[in-house]
Amino acid sequence: MADVQIARALPLAGMVHGGAEVTVSAAPAAYRISLRAGGPAVAALSKALGVTLPKKPGTSASAGSRHALWLGPDEWFVFDETADPAADCAKSKAAHSAVDISHRNTAILVSGPAAADVINAGCPRELSLEAFPVGACSRTVMGKIEIVLYRTGAEDFRVECWRSFSDYAFAFLADAARGL
Amino acid sequence: MTTAGTNRIAGKGRLTPANTVRFTFDGKSYTGLEGDTLAAALIANDVHLVGRSFKYHRPRGILSAGPEEPSALVGVRRDAARQTPNIRATVQEIHDGLDAVSQNRWPSLAFDIGAVNDIGSPLFSAGFYYKTFMWPKVAWKHVYEPVIRNAAGLGTAPEEPDPDHYAGRYAHCDVLVIGGGAAGLSAALAAAESGAQVILCDEKPSFGGALWFEEEARLDGMDGYEWAQQTTDRLAVMDNVRVLSRTTAFGYYAQNFVGLVERVTDHLAAPEADMPRERLWQVRAKRVIIAAGAIERHMVFANNDRPGIMLAAAARTYLNHHGVAVGRKVGVYTANDSAYAAAIDLKKAGSDIPAIVDIRDNPDSVVVEEAKALGIRVLTGHAVTGAGGKLRVASMSVEPKNGGSAEVIPVDALLMSAGWTPSVHMFSQSRGKVAWDEESQRFLPGTYAQDCVSVGACNGTDGLAETVAEALDAGERAAKEARAKAKKSGVKIKTEGGGKWAGGMIGAGPGAGAGKVVKAFVDYQNDVTAKDIRLAVQEGMHSIEHVKRFTTNGMATDQGKLSNLHGLAIAAEALDRPIPKVGLTTFRPPYTPTTFGAIVNHARGKLFDPMRCTPMHASEEAAGAVFEDVGQWKRAWYYPRPGEDMHAAVNRECRTVREVAGMFDATTLGKIEVIGPDAAKFLDLLYTNPFMKLGVGKLRYGIMCREDGFIYDDGVVGRIAEDRFHVTTTTGGAPRVMNHMEDYLQTEFPDLKVWLTSTSEQWAVIAVQGPKSREIIAPFVEGIDLSSEAFPHMSMAEGKVCGVPARVFRMSFTGEAGFEINVPADYGRMVWDTLHEHGKPMGMCLYGTETMHVLRAEKGYIIVGQDTDGTVTPHDAGLSWAVGKKKTDFVGIRGLMRPDIVAKGRRQLVGLKVKDGRTVLEEGAQIVADPKQAVPMTMIGWVSSSYWSENCGRPIAMALVEDGFERMGDTLYVPMPDRVIEVEVTNTVFFDEEGGRLHG
Repeated sequence: MADVQIARALPLAGMVHGGAEVTVSAAPAAYRISLRAGGPAVAALSKALGVTLPKKPGTSASAGSRHALWLGPDEWFVFDETADPAADCAKSKAAHSAVDISHRNTAILVSGPAAADVINAGCPRELSLEAFPVGACSRTVMGKIEIVLYRTGAEDFRVECWRSFSDYAFAFLADAARGL
Repeated sequence: MTTAGTNRIAGKGRLTPANTVRFTFDGKSYTGLEGDTLAAALIANDVHLVGRSFKYHRPRGILSAGPEEPSALVGVRRDAARQTPNIRATVQEIHDGLDAVSQNRWPSLAFDIGAVNDIGSPLFSAGFYYKTFMWPKVAWKHVYEPVIRNAAGLGTAPEEPDPDHYAGRYAHCDVLVIGGGAAGLSAALAAAESGAQVILCDEKPSFGGALWFEEEARLDGMDGYEWAQQTTDRLAVMDNVRVLSRTTAFGYYAQNFVGLVERVTDHLAAPEADMPRERLWQVRAKRVIIAAGAIERHMVFANNDRPGIMLAAAARTYLNHHGVAVGRKVGVYTANDSAYAAAIDLKKAGSDIPAIVDIRDNPDSVVVEEAKALGIRVLTGHAVTGAGGKLRVASMSVEPKNGGSAEVIPVDALLMSAGWTPSVHMFSQSRGKVAWDEESQRFLPGTYAQDCVSVGACNGTDGLAETVAEALDAGERAAKEARAKAKKSGVKIKTEGGGKWAGGMIGAGPGAGAGKVVKAFVDYQNDVTAKDIRLAVQEGMHSIEHVKRFTTNGMATDQGKLSNLHGLAIAAEALDRPIPKVGLTTFRPPYTPTTFGAIVNHARGKLFDPMRCTPMHASEEAAGAVFEDVGQWKRAWYYPRPGEDMHAAVNRECRTVREVAGMFDATTLGKIEVIGPDAAKFLDLLYTNPFMKLGVGKLRYGIMCREDGFIYDDGVVGRIAEDRFHVTTTTGGAPRVMNHMEDYLQTEFPDLKVWLTSTSEQWAVIAVQGPKSREIIAPFVEGIDLSSEAFPHMSMAEGKVCGVPARVFRMSFTGEAGFEINVPADYGRMVWDTLHEHGKPMGMCLYGTETMHVLRAEKGYIIVGQDTDGTVTPHDAGLSWAVGKKKTDFVGIRGLMRPDIVAKGRRQLVGLKVKDGRTVLEEGAQIVADPKQAVPMTMIGWVSSSYWSENCGRPIAMALVEDGFERMGDTLYVPMPDRVIEVEVTNTVFFDEEGGRLHG
């Protein structure tokens, strides 16, 4: 085969919008899967993935670089910056659907004392630490797009959105960070 | 006299005399003090005339000291783009360089030509629009309407786009407190100390509400206003409290969802560039405490709109907060006690009070005695029947209310108070039902519809001690209801003094001149007089809703805050029915005018709507693509070369694809991964085609119907494994097809073990089509035998392209041999660029959606939504072959058996050959069998797709025609405005009828 340079071009590669109150930046590349499975398969898949899939709505579980977010009664979003979770799921015989969405989504990291306020410019979810603690996650909206929101720290969020909406998401967050 | 205006009283007010501010009004420069509203600063400079009224162009002054202001509306300009009309001078704070102008006057405020309307006013009485300009009809559009529109209306809208930035914020809380007077602050404090998350908002720059003017009120031993500031500071530092000043709660929606608008920069001389002008807060509160206070009403008497006539409490605000005396010789006309306090305050500050005219016969109150003790003449049982002066009130005519001789008393300001109207706007917007309280003659909150409570003056609670007690209790209760762990607040507040809100009158006084030609204004902003309301009743308007619309009473931007009750009482009197039987009109959001900027906030410019681009967008742009909008997507439409127009570019692209090869970005197609042991069974039910036997590695074109049998979407489905399918949908259909599938899976076929995942954006899709397509891609493909034998038309395989994992489909939407290469999206551009670089020297071109459309039409391939319109079955579209004959069930199977679907006369998809061989038909053009028939003709179909086909050397078209399949070879006609075009009915395949090229 002909010689070609393999380059993964992230849609927001290197983008950063920073201030004292909040920093909005593109997340590094990650492996991602959308995992669907019925109750009986959860234990086997948890074992295969090395992380216990959470069963409580809006919660997540992490093991090392791997994070599993509950999105529905039979749906999890799993991402990992170092190893492909799809390969691990393939080891399990339990009936499930693991679909590679590494490139479908891209992520934006929002950090700083005003992170929640900036996201709340377009996301109607309550983001107090009481209602949305560290580790909480939700498929929700921001402005005119759908996002998956994941709180990684008291002042840190990961905003996952589809690739073609990432320009909008980044611009929205940057606009919301103006004149807080 | 200080530098900040001749009416500034030394030692009065809370502003700092050294903090002067320069501003202009109608081009003249004035000095005010920091903390002044424009109204306060103008009065300080003895300017009472600030505008002309809406209809009669009457000189108007400042009536109030708050957001209820109906009269003092001005334009405020920062620069050419920042010109805001109809700003309430009583709300706008002054800052250095503020530039305000009066409105609705020409050539000048003091001499206004439009004031002839006032003289000709019998023409302009209630309903005049409906009656006066009825004939001749044509004159309405060309004469009356333009003239009226020029003469009426307030202010001028800016002509440039708004350069300001607006922000939005969603917020949640346990307790939202609307209003920051003694009631709101007490409630917020109690709720906060109980441990609740609290948001407290007030529309004024600082908290205090009535404490702005209630000088004798004391809380916790402090001056009331000072207590309010200390309490605000105490709240502001609590972690569980958000304090929002200059923030109006304008709308109360379902489930305690309340809209607030915060004015961030309008009061600043030089706002930082990044600060939003306004911020929209959308608050979801577990409990809402409404502490909106009460609004003082005016007295209805002749010429009650002369500048210098104002509400009594407003005069107290100007004196006690701003240190400004509204006049030196101030008359007072009242129907309750609270105006006495204004008279007393002004008297003590040095103004002369020639008389207090009290319409009550025997007012019995300490304030009456206090006024008398100060030497003020109190005329009980008297009424003001008119005001003298034009640009400024000069006198008041006083008569015994039951008749007698009039005395004219010179004044330079006239204060009035008819009593206080509880502000039930927010309560009413929450869908609560107000109840008439006969004893106090007020509408008060009655039946609640949401989790809210009213406290203080808006709840009809009188007296400061009672208000604070009620608010503390409500605050603690709301906290406990919202939060299980709430504790006792322990807040206690001592009160002394404070005014009362009960008492007064509603309706017109003796000075409203029943039946006489006088102007006693009920609604200042819309120029509605007492006479107008009586006239409306006389003309048969018996419902208050009809009276409102006939007279426009309460329909101005102030929402009738002053006028509603007076209007209602006058109508009730004219109808001789009790007030509650006549009823109150509905309060609707917004409470005060709210800018579009705040409502749309971030959704402007780039953020108006997401613009979706494929991973290859930048490369396409570099190649000179012209893009078209397809939903939110930008798709490459065609790639013109230097000197080419669209027609030439498309012709070249169409030729090149068929002669050599072309490359097309098909990324926007919807894609769904269907996985599970029952995946094939599920697709068999969702599509008309059979899927059970589709082999692994094979593709099938599928049609999806709705229950009614009409085509919903189409696409190619590939079987990747026994239990795994790659489904494609149309670009526009992606989200709805996913929903349609999920809907059926969850409701109709829940027993099937299938999962659906959208992969639309996981894959970049590069279509390489044409005789040389294989040659072009082959060097970059690993792990797939691309030969026609191993990989025939409608096959798919997984392998690598350009070293990255790929799903390669051997398929065609052009009729040529071709491939659609799916690679993970982040590699899309790399693969595109690589193939382009390699294919270009071989003669390959890039082609866009227009060429794609022409090529598919040459082959008779349909586009759902273009060649179908939601009433086309697979049979109508000539796709009977795609409906599984042996299938016993699929979505739409019963719909396709309906008698009218199988009857003759259906419109069927056929080809049209234009007989002249040159004319490209218009898409959407109607088709008739006989062009000589009378108009309106019987139309038997319409053109759905039509193009110039460079490859056929003639125009091609598809059309839906009644019984089209039976008309092959017939001549039909397309009547156009200038001529009739003759066409011949053909089949829909115009190029390579045998289809041999597909397999090349």
